[in-house]
Amino acid sequence: MNLTLYIWRQARGEAEGRLVRYDAPDINPDMSFLEMLDVVNERLIHQGERPIEFEHDCREGICGSCGVVVDGIAHGPLPATATCQLHMRHFKDGDSLTIEPWRAKGFPVVQDLVVDRGAFDRIIQAGGFISASTGNAPEANSLPVGKDVAELAMDAAECIGCGACVAQCPNGAAHLFTAAKLAHLGLLPQGQPERYQRVVAMVERMEQEGFGSCSNFRECEAVCPKQVSSHWISRMNRDYLKAQLFLDRGPEKKRASGPG
Amino acid sequence: MILDAKIPSGPLAEKWDNHKAHLKLVNPANKRKFQILMVGTGLAGGSAAASLGEMGYNVTCFCYQDSPRRAHSIAAQGGINAAKNYQNDGDSVFRLFYDTVKGGDFRAREANVYRLAQLSVSIIDQAVAAGVPFAREYGGYLANRSFGGAQVSRTFYARGQTGQQLLLGCYQALSRQVERGTVKMVPKTEVLDLVVVDGTVRGLITRDLRTGEIRRHVGDAVVLATGGYSNVFYLSTNAKGCNATAIWRAYRRGAHFANPCFTQIHPTAIPASGDYQSKLTLMSESLRNDGRIWVPAKQGDHRRPGEIPEAERDYYLERRYPSFGNLVPRDVASRAAKQVVDEGRGVGPTGVGVYLDFSDAIGRLGRDTIEDRYGNLFEMYERITGEDPYQVPMRIYPAPHYTMGGLWVDYNLMSTLPGLFVIGEANFSDHGANRLGASALMQGLADGYFVLPYTLGHYLAPRMGQKLSTDHPAFAAVEEEVRERQAKFLATRGSRTVDSFHRELGKLMWDECGMARTAEGLGRALERIPQLAEEFWRDVRVVGDGESVNQSLEKAGRVADFFGLAELMCRDALARDESCGCHLRLEHQTPEGEALRRDDRFRHVAAWSYHGEGEPPVRHREELVFENVELTQRSYK
Repeated sequence: MNLTLYIWRQARGEAEGRLVRYDAPDINPDMSFLEMLDVVNERLIHQGERPIEFEHDCREGICGSCGVVVDGIAHGPLPATATCQLHMRHFKDGDSLTIEPWRAKGFPVVQDLVVDRGAFDRIIQAGGFISASTGNAPEANSLPVGKDVAELAMDAAECIGCGACVAQCPNGAAHLFTAAKLAHLGLLPQGQPERYQRVVAMVERMEQEGFGSCSNFRECEAVCPKQVSSHWISRMNRDYLKAQLFLDRGPEKKRASGPG
Repeated sequence: MILDAKIPSGPLAEKWDNHKAHLKLVNPANKRKFQILMVGTGLAGGSAAASLGEMGYNVTCFCYQDSPRRAHSIAAQGGINAAKNYQNDGDSVFRLFYDTVKGGDFRAREANVYRLAQLSVSIIDQAVAAGVPFAREYGGYLANRSFGGAQVSRTFYARGQTGQQLLLGCYQALSRQVERGTVKMVPKTEVLDLVVVDGTVRGLITRDLRTGEIRRHVGDAVVLATGGYSNVFYLSTNAKGCNATAIWRAYRRGAHFANPCFTQIHPTAIPASGDYQSKLTLMSESLRNDGRIWVPAKQGDHRRPGEIPEAERDYYLERRYPSFGNLVPRDVASRAAKQVVDEGRGVGPTGVGVYLDFSDAIGRLGRDTIEDRYGNLFEMYERITGEDPYQVPMRIYPAPHYTMGGLWVDYNLMSTLPGLFVIGEANFSDHGANRLGASALMQGLADGYFVLPYTLGHYLAPRMGQKLSTDHPAFAAVEEEVRERQAKFLATRGSRTVDSFHRELGKLMWDECGMARTAEGLGRALERIPQLAEEFWRDVRVVGDGESVNQSLEKAGRVADFFGLAELMCRDALARDESCGCHLRLEHQTPEGEALRRDDRFRHVAAWSYHGEGEPPVRHREELVFENVELTQRSYK
């Protein structure tokens, strides 16, 4: 199949970017989307042009490195699929595709299709953990965890941290990412002691990092390759509100409203 | 050089406890005065960096990914073994130890493997405390499943994403230390060389993968947790960025490389569909429980699978191994698949694949049962191939997966270079000539959580106050070498891309140093690899500059190092004139095609040392002593 691509090229973070047209002839429908970009890049190198930079690593949908916006949709048209697992057979001969990086205030563009997602790490650093230093642990079966609770925690824990939720959100909000981690840890009995400090710390960090507010579009859930549910956001808001009531944080730090 | 593994004396079961009791300690106030340089943030590096940070050491931690959470441990599907005996089915530390030593075809150290089995139970405790959402029974207790090479159920799992969940546990602990300031995280940074000062490893030269900046780092010890080198084959189940540069540079600086030819080929990956293929995706081994493997009985039979009558199919594993059938171990299944494909009986558009057919199981158990057991795998298969495995048989083929070989380390996980520790898949220590399923996660975490934090302190304790600055001339010299190398890649302006060289090298290694090896084939590879390397340095084309993101430049450095490693692998495979585990020399097999060990001559670890460009490396032996197990010949007939 033959495709026409319009790809975002930006030499540096501070440089001007623009969409550049590339012809992609003889694309095999069994290729993955990233393999199609590999082929385009091999041709560019032969022509002496700088190849298109994009993030990728495991190419099996679990590391969360990859992700581009294809025709306005983060990770492209196939639901529940990271870009590396999207195959060209889902496109048609003659298609024109626009390929862009994640666009959000919290994710500055580094080069071409590569963005800086360091803000996600900093949200986790603020409190996305259980403080259990190595050696502290009691015998694993001394703390039973209901199967239903473990399954729900696992649903939330499946997030791969790709950032598609932020890219698709009209507000550039990181609520789905943050809420998923809060749900994973906050559902488990091990996560209870720090539950309310955690939600406050992570939500505040999220806001400091320049992510927007949630206005319940739920675009995040629609593009999530792991189908993480947006109902975790409601849970995060509830926990955040409760934290305002219960945590003694001094009057100057109290807030009138929850996130979003 | 005498390779002293420093295995503690005393009975097997008491070695580690006795050893720990005598290790030197660094007092709490002094720990922050030591700088540790940690390379890699997978299960081994992530758990080690977090644990050392918790103890109070100053850790600087590097990864090439944009976040430590993306290390390739994340892709492990199946699970993690531990001798908890929660199923009351007769498991014990000794049994896990025995299964691992036997599974490795008696080419691993007893003492290391026993320690691994002992620590396995603490890993589960630690992971649960950190919030890893393992599968549970209705009563709320932890669930287990069985896995290849064992007769007990000792594998803990989190759906098909056990590696992901364990890694996120480490990553979260690591993130806590970053916030506390004990660990400084440096993502998007690649280690390009090590700095040795007076015979001791004291630093690293890195490149910032976003800005191209070359930097010097000084430390009191360096830990490599950089994973395996299956990407030498180009197509493998590894992530695209996985590379051997750090361990290869360490080897060139004086660390011995052990058993480089021990590489595991996994039998059930989705076959390559064309020459643009960039990686291979694993399908869980559990599929062989219900799928039947077959190829057409006749060569060049291009009919669709449904049109080939039962009598004209060859269920070759069931035919050759009537008692184990489709459940023979990984190495046996992989070699048998290669054999039928080599005979011209492979299937699919490329002819390189075999069928894994579920129609009998669907007929017997119903589609719902199969969907319950393997639904997510079937979905993944369909996503990649566009074929519905409920309707047509899956096509599978073996793929390079895990490397048992790696840098040689002693019982304390220190390499032959003082100050350089190596943990996880990057070292050679625990799996012998073949790794059992669900043991990689166990080893990475045992090394990182529970071994290194003790043994590293013992090394550091007498070295208080040995301050060094990056102004030392040794840093300048190594930095200069690194800069020259980078400049050369950019200046060559040849005609072939890095990937085209990598593909050619990978194909050569797959053909001559893959599932079945011969002296003749290895000889051919040893002749061709240096030629190819020479062509690479003369004719590679890297476009762009060194001051921004340039993945071609990154790849060029990695591929340049793979040439050297490939050559060493072939040398090692040639020198090991026996078959064992995943290393099959066609000259040494039983009439049934099983690996035939030569314990009288090769019951040892081969550790290679580097002696300069163009000079042949030297092979050293660490004899393996078995006092607690009896060496037997595997049989699966």
